[in-house]
Formats: sequence, C-alpha cells, structure tokens
Amino acid sequence: MADMTVQSLSATSLRRRPSVGTLKFAESIFIPVAALLASAALFSVFLLFLGKSPLMFFQLLWVGGFGSGFSLQNTLQRAAPLILTGLAFAVPARIGLTMIGGEGALVLGGLSAAAMAIPLVTAGVPAFLTLPIMAMTAMLAGGLWIGFAGWLRYYRGVNETISSLLLSYIAIATMNFFVEGALRDPASANKPSTMPIGDAYRIGSIPGTEVHWGLAAGLVLAIGLHILMTRTTFGFAARVTGGNARAALAQGLPVGRLIVACTMIAGACAGLAGFYEVAAVHGQANASLVAGYGFTGILVAFLARQVPLAIIPVAVLFGALSAAGGIIQRRMGMPDATVLVLQGLIFVVLLTSETFYGRISFLQPKRAEDRT
Amino acid sequence: MNETLQDSALITALIAMLGGAIRVSTPFMFVALGECLTEKSGRINLGLEGSLVLGAMVAYAGSFLTGNPWAGVFFAGCAGLVLGALHGFICKLPRVNDIAIGIAFMSFGTGLAFFFGKPYIQPQAPRLEAIHLGDWTGDPRLAQALEVNPLFFVGVALAVFMWWAFRNTRWGLIVRMTGDSAPAAKAMGVSVDLVRFIATAIGGFMAGIGGAFLSLYYPGSWNQGLSSGQGLMAVALVIFARWGPLRCILAALLFGAAGALGPSLQSVGISQGYYFFNAAPYILTLLIMIASARSKVAAREAPGELSITK
Repeated sequence: MADMTVQSLSATSLRRRPSVGTLKFAESIFIPVAALLASAALFSVFLLFLGKSPLMFFQLLWVGGFGSGFSLQNTLQRAAPLILTGLAFAVPARIGLTMIGGEGALVLGGLSAAAMAIPLVTAGVPAFLTLPIMAMTAMLAGGLWIGFAGWLRYYRGVNETISSLLLSYIAIATMNFFVEGALRDPASANKPSTMPIGDAYRIGSIPGTEVHWGLAAGLVLAIGLHILMTRTTFGFAARVTGGNARAALAQGLPVGRLIVACTMIAGACAGLAGFYEVAAVHGQANASLVAGYGFTGILVAFLARQVPLAIIPVAVLFGALSAAGGIIQRRMGMPDATVLVLQGLIFVVLLTSETFYGRISFLQPKRAEDRT
Repeated sequence: MNETLQDSALITALIAMLGGAIRVSTPFMFVALGECLTEKSGRINLGLEGSLVLGAMVAYAGSFLTGNPWAGVFFAGCAGLVLGALHGFICKLPRVNDIAIGIAFMSFGTGLAFFFGKPYIQPQAPRLEAIHLGDWTGDPRLAQALEVNPLFFVGVALAVFMWWAFRNTRWGLIVRMTGDSAPAAKAMGVSVDLVRFIATAIGGFMAGIGGAFLSLYYPGSWNQGLSSGQGLMAVALVIFARWGPLRCILAALLFGAAGALGPSLQSVGISQGYYFFNAAPYILTLLIMIASARSKVAAREAPGELSITK
C-alpha cells in the first residue's frame, strides 16, 4: 500500500519535472548567459573605478553594434571571420583537442590566397575561376597547417595547444617574410603588402547589404559542420574519441585519421576566413590580417560550448563588441584596448563558470533514489 | 684581405650573438623558472604570457612614476603575483581546465596591459643599468656584448637556489610530492590546493619580473608589440629542460641565441630574411618539442600530475 503511494507520487513528480535533456539544454544556456551578465557587472565596477559611466558604455555598445543599419552591417562583417575561426576551435575541441592556432591558419590562408592571385590576375584569368582557386588554396594552406599540429599530436605526442600557438607565430613570421620580400608590391611604400587583386577580382557584397559573402560561407559551414558533428557516424566517432580516446581505440575507431581530419577541417575554416579578409576586405595580404580574429574565435567557441550552430549568435555578439570599439573609444575617451579587457574578463569568468555545471539545484534532474 | 673582412664579420656576428643570447635569454629564464615551479607542483599555467606583458607595462609605469627602475621591477612582480594568484585560485575549483584558464589569462593580462599602458608608450622611464664586465678586453664589440644586466645574475642565482631547494628542503619535497602524486600529498596531510596556489602565485611573480626586464632593459621601452610569445615559449622550454632549474638556464641561453640570430646577422649587414630568422626561436621550440615529446627521459622526470604531458 505504502509502496503504491510512493510510486504514484513519483509518477506525478516525474510528469511535472522537465526531461533530463531539456534540463541539460537549459543549463548550457543559463550558465553562459549568467557568466556574460556577471562579466558585464564586473566590468561596470571596473568602469566605475575609472570614473566612467557603465550605462553609457553599454548604451554605446548597443548603438555601435546594432543601433543602425550601418552598425549592424559592420557587426555582421566582423562576425563573419569570427564564425569561421570559432569553428576552427570548436571542431577539434569536440575530439578533445585544445587547438589555438586559428590566427596562424587565417594569416597563412590569406597570404597563400593573395600569392595565388598574383599569377592568375596577371594572366587575366576571369574572376569566377580565380576566386574559387584562391579560396581552395587558402583552405588547403590552413588545413595543412592545423592538420600538421593534429598529426604531431597523435603520431608524435606533441602537446597541440603549444604547437598550434607556435605555428601561429611561425605563420605570422612567414607572412612578414614574404610580404616584405619576395611578394612585396613595390607600390606599397608605407605598409608592405602583396599586389592588390584589383576591384574586378574583389568579392562583392551579399545583395542588398554591404556585408561580404564570408558571412554566408560562415553560416553554411556552421550549419554543415553542426550536422556533420551531431548527425553522422564521423561526428559520432569524433565525439567518442573526444570523450575517451582509449575507449575509441579499443573500439577500433581510426583515432589518428579522425584527429587529422578534424584538425584539417578546422584549419580550412580559418584559412577560408583569411581568404575572405583578402578577397573581400583588404584586397591584398599585409599585416592587417593579424587582427586577432583567431584568438577571439577561441572565446566565441568557448561561449558557444563548442556547438557549431551556437557559434553564429555568439560570433555576432563579439562582432558587435568589436564594431562598437571605435565609437566607445571616441565618445568615452578610452583606449582601444577596452574591448580587449572586456573580452579577457568574459573569458576568465566564463571558464570559471564551468565549475557550476551539475551544481545548480533547480537545473538538475531528480536523483535516482528519489524516483524509485 | 677579403677573407679577413669576412672573418671579422663572422666574429662580429658571433660576439653579437653572445651578447644577444645573454640579453634575450633573461626574460625566458624568469618565465621558465616560474613555470618550472608551477609545473613541479602539478599545474600548468599558460597565462604567464599575460603576466609577462602586464609585468612589462607595470614595471615601465612604476619606473616612470617613482623614478626608480627597481621599484618598477618590484611592482611588475606584484602584478604577476596577482594574476598568478587568480589563476591558482580559479584552477582549484572543480571542473575548471587549467590550460583553458591559461589561455584566458593570456588575453586578460595582455588586455589590461594595453589598456593601462596607453599613456606610457611615449614618455621615457629610467632604465635598469647594466654591469660592464667587458671593459678590460679593450674590444668595443666584446665590451658591448658583456654589458650584462644584474637581473641576469639574479635569475641564475634563483635557478641555483631552486635547484638546491627542490632537492634539500622540506618545502622542495612538498612541492615535488604534490606534483608527482596528489593522493600521496593528501595522505601526508599536505593541502594540495594550497601548495599549488602558492606555487602558481610565485610563478606569476617571476614572470612579472621577466616582463620588467623587457620594458626596462632590452628592448627597453613599453609598446604593445613588446612580447612576442616569450611567455608561451617558456612553457615549451621547461619541458625541454625536463623540469630542472639549472637546465632552464641553458635552455634559456639557447633560446636567447636563436632569438638573437636575426638582429646579429643584421648587425653585419645581412638583412635578407630578417623575418625568417625572427621565426627561429619558434621553429627551434617546435623541433625541440617534437624531439622530446616521446623521450623516455622526459617522461621519467615529468611531474606525474601534469595535464600537458598526459
């Protein structure tokens, strides 16, 4: 008799409580959003200490990021490479690698695209052929670069975090080497650059906007990679490897090839971002490629919890932050590094918030002993 | 005639490299010793790059405001200490990944340094004075190469002290035990979190001093491009030095020599491929990591609790 009441009680309580999946999802939204708000609060304290108005800061952030058609387009323009570099961190993260070489792959992708453009443009190859070749080169260069770090990780046991960052520095030095040397356009006096690809070869904007096509590429890749990582056997195998590489090996999964494939995909994404920076934004390769997109991409991926689809809104958020940087600098008289401080603060608070997973009581499923 | 000219050019380049190695290696040495202490306790701090940059900025500002460069060095250490302590505090929370937190502190420290350092890019701050060790040689090139900053000797003394302390003191044993086996340390009644917290904080202090050397001696001014990843290369350097403080000095000198390659070639007029030679330290680090990753000696000497070698 007593047993029956317990059972019926637990049945009703089970019906009232949301499922485990819903709770996990709610938790993965609630904690990052709370971390964002906490960082905003901490940053406000920081601003108050400096005698600046936090209200004005966040108002300007809104105006500069989303306030007008122009600023919204500026935001999306900056979000495009962030989506791609975010993916470059998120995909290896799913297989258990902390790969922070997105910046290098982006720079190298941009450089190789610009280098490939020189003979093609000189020979007068039409744009509809030149641009895809440039894009492929950039993806290949980025893919091989980060893929090499993945290969070193699995086959040589080299820590991928350090090796990918070192590769970034090597990539930037390589870019400087070529841009100031063999590939330098003599006409670029003040800022050494490669030969401009010319307006005829520039990638235009998405019709009706001033946002370049990199945004569309980012959206397509984010959706495509989301499907790849969550709905295919490849993605499943990659996530198993990320969960427990030894178990994956014991299951006979080709762990080495999975790692190299994931890192090559990651590098290709970052390389493609470099291609768009060259073909759509700068028109040539120069030091402007080193704009920190690769590093902000890491933060974007962390905030999106390595979920490719979630990278899109987060990248837009950080695109807005970077787009509003200029107006904040001018109107509040603050240095351009303000955005860096806020980003770093978000980064630290966000990673600290990892400790709250599974520890916030109203987001936990009822424990097993309550249920029976 | 032509041969002697080449000869003297070679010697000039070699002497420039010797001086460069001593100069360039000092920040490497401090960061590597700090990282060595932190890693010995079983934790990795990739954020020392942030401590280094913030230390460089604070040192320059401190020297400018007080007029005493050594005060700047002290403030730099304190700035590094604060960042290291924060890192140590956050890492002891459950489920927090020390490598990821390190990346976050790299960007946070750099951001803070750029933010507060803006007003100090222009003014001239008093710099650290070098000790002239080479004046007796009568060779101006040697004399210049042997102008050694006192911080270099502080670093060497520190390394020797750490080497001695790890082997011969109770504290050294506690740090090593915490790094090799947290359960063993717990069983001995040692607070693992506390030991790692202190080790990370002191490691941050040393990295801050490394930064002070950058802004107060060589290159000797504060700007946003001051550090080029020395803080991060030092992490690889510690692995290369197999967690031995004395070997850290040698490794730092080697890295310093690689870093001095570009400028010293430039001093004899070879500017071709300057940017390529600038990449030499990174390439060297990478090659060393590839060579030492599967090394059995390294595996034996690595602290057992370290996440980066697993």
